[in-house]
Amino acid sequence: MVNYIIRRLLLVPVLLFGVTVLIFVMISFLQPVERLALYMRDFPKNEKAIPALITKYDLDKPIYVQYWNWLVGKVDKSNGERTGGILFGNFGYSRSASQPVVELIQRRFPATLDLTLWAVAPEILVGIWLGVQAAVHHNGFIDQAARVFSIVGTSFPTFVIGLLLLMIFYAKLQWFAPGRLSDDFTRIYEGATFNHYTSLLTIDSLLNARFDMFLDAIRHMVLPILTLSYISWATFLRVTRGSMLETLRMEYVTTARAKGLPERDVIHKHAKPNAMLPVVTLAGFSVVGLLGGAVITETVFNYPGIGSASVRAATSLDVIAMLGFALFIGLILIVAVLVIDILYAFVDPRVRLS
Amino acid sequence: MAQSVPTGDNALLNDTVSDRKIGWLERFLGPENYRILVGMMKTPASIAGFTLVLFFVLIAIFANQIIPSVGRDAYSIPRDGFKSEPQPMGTTWTRNAPKIPFWYKAVTGKDKWTHIFGTSEGQYDIFYGLIWGTRTAFYASILVTLSTLIIGVIYGSIAAYYGGIVDMIMMRVVDVLSILPGVLAALILAAIITPLIGKSTLPVMIALIAFGWMGYSRFIRADILSVRERDYVLAARVVGVKDSRILFNHILPNAIFPTLILASLAIGDVVLSFAALSFLGVGVEIGYADWGQLLSFARNWITSLNTYWYIIVWPGVTLVLFVMGWNLIGDALRDVLDPRMRGKT
Repeated sequence: MVNYIIRRLLLVPVLLFGVTVLIFVMISFLQPVERLALYMRDFPKNEKAIPALITKYDLDKPIYVQYWNWLVGKVDKSNGERTGGILFGNFGYSRSASQPVVELIQRRFPATLDLTLWAVAPEILVGIWLGVQAAVHHNGFIDQAARVFSIVGTSFPTFVIGLLLLMIFYAKLQWFAPGRLSDDFTRIYEGATFNHYTSLLTIDSLLNARFDMFLDAIRHMVLPILTLSYISWATFLRVTRGSMLETLRMEYVTTARAKGLPERDVIHKHAKPNAMLPVVTLAGFSVVGLLGGAVITETVFNYPGIGSASVRAATSLDVIAMLGFALFIGLILIVAVLVIDILYAFVDPRVRLS
Repeated sequence: MAQSVPTGDNALLNDTVSDRKIGWLERFLGPENYRILVGMMKTPASIAGFTLVLFFVLIAIFANQIIPSVGRDAYSIPRDGFKSEPQPMGTTWTRNAPKIPFWYKAVTGKDKWTHIFGTSEGQYDIFYGLIWGTRTAFYASILVTLSTLIIGVIYGSIAAYYGGIVDMIMMRVVDVLSILPGVLAALILAAIITPLIGKSTLPVMIALIAFGWMGYSRFIRADILSVRERDYVLAARVVGVKDSRILFNHILPNAIFPTLILASLAIGDVVLSFAALSFLGVGVEIGYADWGQLLSFARNWITSLNTYWYIIVWPGVTLVLFVMGWNLIGDALRDVLDPRMRGKT
């Protein structure tokens, strides 16, 4: 076990290095002038100053020099001031928002986290429930319906589902709305009397005892959550069903039935725990996948998270901001996958012994 | 008392094996792959899937007969004016209308083109976009799938064949490239290279290729690792066959079939990713005949989608049917490939 964890931890620096190289390779596609945004907030007004600035920040030097500067920043020899340097938390400046990328991340990421955390439970639980039902009623009506759903479900792209949901529940029925909050509550949220404890909207509103605001936030998240989890349901259904069918054929399940246990106990106490192993891996990765799904979902629902911010940066060619977001998401995913792998080793002894 | 018919094993063998004709196809594919092919032909799901895919193939081939191209570039959707509000279905097509094809009068009973599925924001005709977009979908997805397949197979086989440190380094590179979510990575790369090579289908395709081949290399690597240990590979090595020849002539042909299947099914996914990226607004020029592009026109009309439902429903249905065709085939294939099903067809 310890061995496995150590081996897995050793991989982390490799991945971290790899991601920084990957992002930097993309940065180096840019012109030196565009790369100035790594070190300077505002684009120089004076055209003639540009060549001097490029030399100042080593943007005409070999690529490894630039990579190093990008990592640790460039220290001004005269006053010892450090500019840039992702290791010091400076991801450069967004040209379109005209502020540091890290500040943008601080403002946008809580919204994405909020949405993702709320999407985890419906995504996993509904998917597993569907899969178990399909397996228990093998070849019955529920199974066939589930199978049709899993094919139709995977065929719907996120943005089509999102648009259709908006068409029905927003434009037609007016039950839910896009965005993150209604205008009235946005004013309260930004007002002076509202305490920002965690910067997660739903939790903050509860801590401030604003239940109406909490409900409003949830109301705005229902459709994005539905869109995010919908695609995974089909996958969960398929994996759970297959694994469950296999387990139900095992001899110990027959034994349990033979000794007269009620069918409910056979399924939920004996078969289900063992059938959940492959589902656990899937659950881990689908939580990770939520971050990827956020890119499209947030854009469709106009939800102000880091995903829609990346898309806006991409379409307005604000490349430094976009790559900053990508670097941040990459770092989070490396940690998340590490946690999942280690947790999985605890659950499944086969992993740590191999 | 009638003589009992001998039912020993030998008799059974005579019946089933020696009398069964082995066609050229079975000889060519080998018994296992042939079984898969036959299994595919018998499953209703895969027949439905093949029908759907065939339907789209026909649309792509006869696009110019269904709705003749307008203007110099057939792939830029003709605009009936410049008003931004979408026009409902059945509105008469006044400007830039295509020629009347042979089927039109018989089916609709009209002499002049109308917007069959309405127009989207900026008076782009939806029907035209869908028909010609089918070509874009096939063109982009086949090219992307082929390229990712080739890159992935070559990369994965080199890693698997040499093993050791080479394998380790190469697979870590794959790990790194797989960290970022696919859509995000492709979005970024497409956004970066679009200014460099201009707006077309190319940037998105390059981005999808750059971040799409890792799955194949992992897959083929695992298969090669198992084939590599076979005796005939050892035999080839003993008689002194070159490394590259062993890899490409002896190992790959025996390991590649599952990867090929995986690739043929990925076309639906590639079309989805392609549409997603142009929906998000990178890559192609505005008004390019492409399904994702058509859907992205709807983004400014979210509050009035109950009036303008046709600007998302028709492109959405088209995209879903296309992907569903591939998914149906894939689902049937999964059943046929399931080892527990072996010998049942």
